[in-house]
Amino acid sequence: MGSSVGIVSAQCAQFDSPLLFKSGAVLPRYELMYETYGTLNAARSNAILICHALSGHHHVAGYYAKEPENIGWWDNMVGPGKPIDTDKFFVVGLNNLGGCHGSTGPGSNDPATGKPYGSSFPVITVEDWVESQARLADLLGIRQFAAVVGGSLGGMQALQWSLAYPDRVRHVLAIASAPRLTAQNIAFNDVARNAILTDPDFHGGDFYAHGVVPTRGLRLARMLGHITYLSDNAMADKFGRELRTEKFNYGFDVEFEIESYLRYQGDKFAAYFDANTYLLMTKALDYFDPAYDLNGDLNKAFAAARANYLVVSFTTDWRFSPERSREIVRPLLHNHRNVSYAEITSAHGHDSFLMPDEHYLGVMNAYLDKVHRECVA
Amino acid sequence: MSANAMLATRPDFAAIAAWIPQGASVLDLGCGDGSLLQYLKSERAVRGYGVEISDAGIVACIQNGVNVIQNDLDSGLSDFESNSFDYVILSQTLQATRHTEPLIQEMLRVGREGIVSFPNFGYWKNRRDVLFGNMPVSKELPYQWYDTPNVHLCTFHDFEDLCAVLKVQILERRVMTGDSEIKALPNLLGSMAAYRFQRGL
Repeated sequence: MGSSVGIVSAQCAQFDSPLLFKSGAVLPRYELMYETYGTLNAARSNAILICHALSGHHHVAGYYAKEPENIGWWDNMVGPGKPIDTDKFFVVGLNNLGGCHGSTGPGSNDPATGKPYGSSFPVITVEDWVESQARLADLLGIRQFAAVVGGSLGGMQALQWSLAYPDRVRHVLAIASAPRLTAQNIAFNDVARNAILTDPDFHGGDFYAHGVVPTRGLRLARMLGHITYLSDNAMADKFGRELRTEKFNYGFDVEFEIESYLRYQGDKFAAYFDANTYLLMTKALDYFDPAYDLNGDLNKAFAAARANYLVVSFTTDWRFSPERSREIVRPLLHNHRNVSYAEITSAHGHDSFLMPDEHYLGVMNAYLDKVHRECVA
Repeated sequence: MSANAMLATRPDFAAIAAWIPQGASVLDLGCGDGSLLQYLKSERAVRGYGVEISDAGIVACIQNGVNVIQNDLDSGLSDFESNSFDYVILSQTLQATRHTEPLIQEMLRVGREGIVSFPNFGYWKNRRDVLFGNMPVSKELPYQWYDTPNVHLCTFHDFEDLCAVLKVQILERRVMTGDSEIKALPNLLGSMAAYRFQRGL
């Protein structure tokens, strides 16, 4: 379905007014990497913001002229004739603040010291991200988004948009997400963080100066994460008990295919991802709770919302299970918001939100068609 | 689909719409492609949501601009708060629900009033078919015995008996065959009915 948006290029937006973080920290200036696809219409009513999840970035769709194999992470969803149709919408993807793909983050040089921020980079929240994204929207001349779309941690940002800026977003598409993490989910994040924090190469977050990277910690964090992104069945189907060798070696080297796969994924990730960014992203996940100041009452938290919502979950996703998505739906029903909820039968666990499942794409397509009809009207 | 075309395929829609005041809040259980809610939105300006289990129904509802929640009715209505809707509707779905009795009670927990429509197994043509030795297959009951989703078919008498047991007070009943209203011998001459009911005292 659809084709590629083709050659794209990243842009860098500079912000010189200080950003006050929820924690109280202040970042005097910062940069955000972003990409746009499609054309903003004259009424400026057809913009869609894509918020990324833990390891995502601004390269959402298409490919780079010099790197044709570097295809955007959501290319099956975004492009001409695809559900987020770049012939109809003006699509904005960015690398979140604190990221490691060009936006200001712990690995960037702090102008005050000339050294990487490292451990001094403020702990960032979903609220802070939305604030920085709103400034990017201002810069791009977008007063109101037709839709803000995100999966997982990206879904939390999309939800937060409708709470922080109720009049700046018409539709929220929250996919494989949650209104706040459960204890189990925070626990997974904590184990991942501990893997990084206890790596001797981490140096309290200031490893850049030592010319090392906490590869072992990052790799373990990713391996653990990866297990939780897949379903039991998907893993069984893909790897089963297959061995790399013909028989057991009675040792502790890699023997099962799943071990090999996880180590490969861990190594691949550790080679490019910043350990501090990983810590920040997981902390942002843990902290997000729109009802934190409201005695946990999500009904009250969503009282300010004015957007229309599509909430999507996947049956085999146990990291952000359908029940978590229903926790988003219920306060929306309570507050009489327009909301539709689809529970997609999928074998791929949490990763399903990135997969080209026919029904999933059909639901997205139907909903975004409606969004587009409103843009034109 | 135009309002008239909708009425031609689903005569119970007009009967249901006639009971619903302007601007009411409506929950439509087993809403299919959302055509009843679409009809009620255009005719009665209702604020509503549908509940549907099938993937095709979800996509169709979204295309039709109808709010829809994907859920299995047999797992209850736990996503919905008590007394949160004026009307909870179960149109042509009662006979296909597995936990029919708790569902009727759930309808009246969530809604101020309930509305159901269902085919009458006691309709004379159905009785005739069984008398001559076959399960009925008709416009209202379009399935063969081996592929039917209808696990809880009943007659009007049966439904009314259940309401008495559940202390459900029937407020109104409209019996129809095709699009004509049936007054005399309804349990024999009516092929379907819509009921409006509330919690009994």
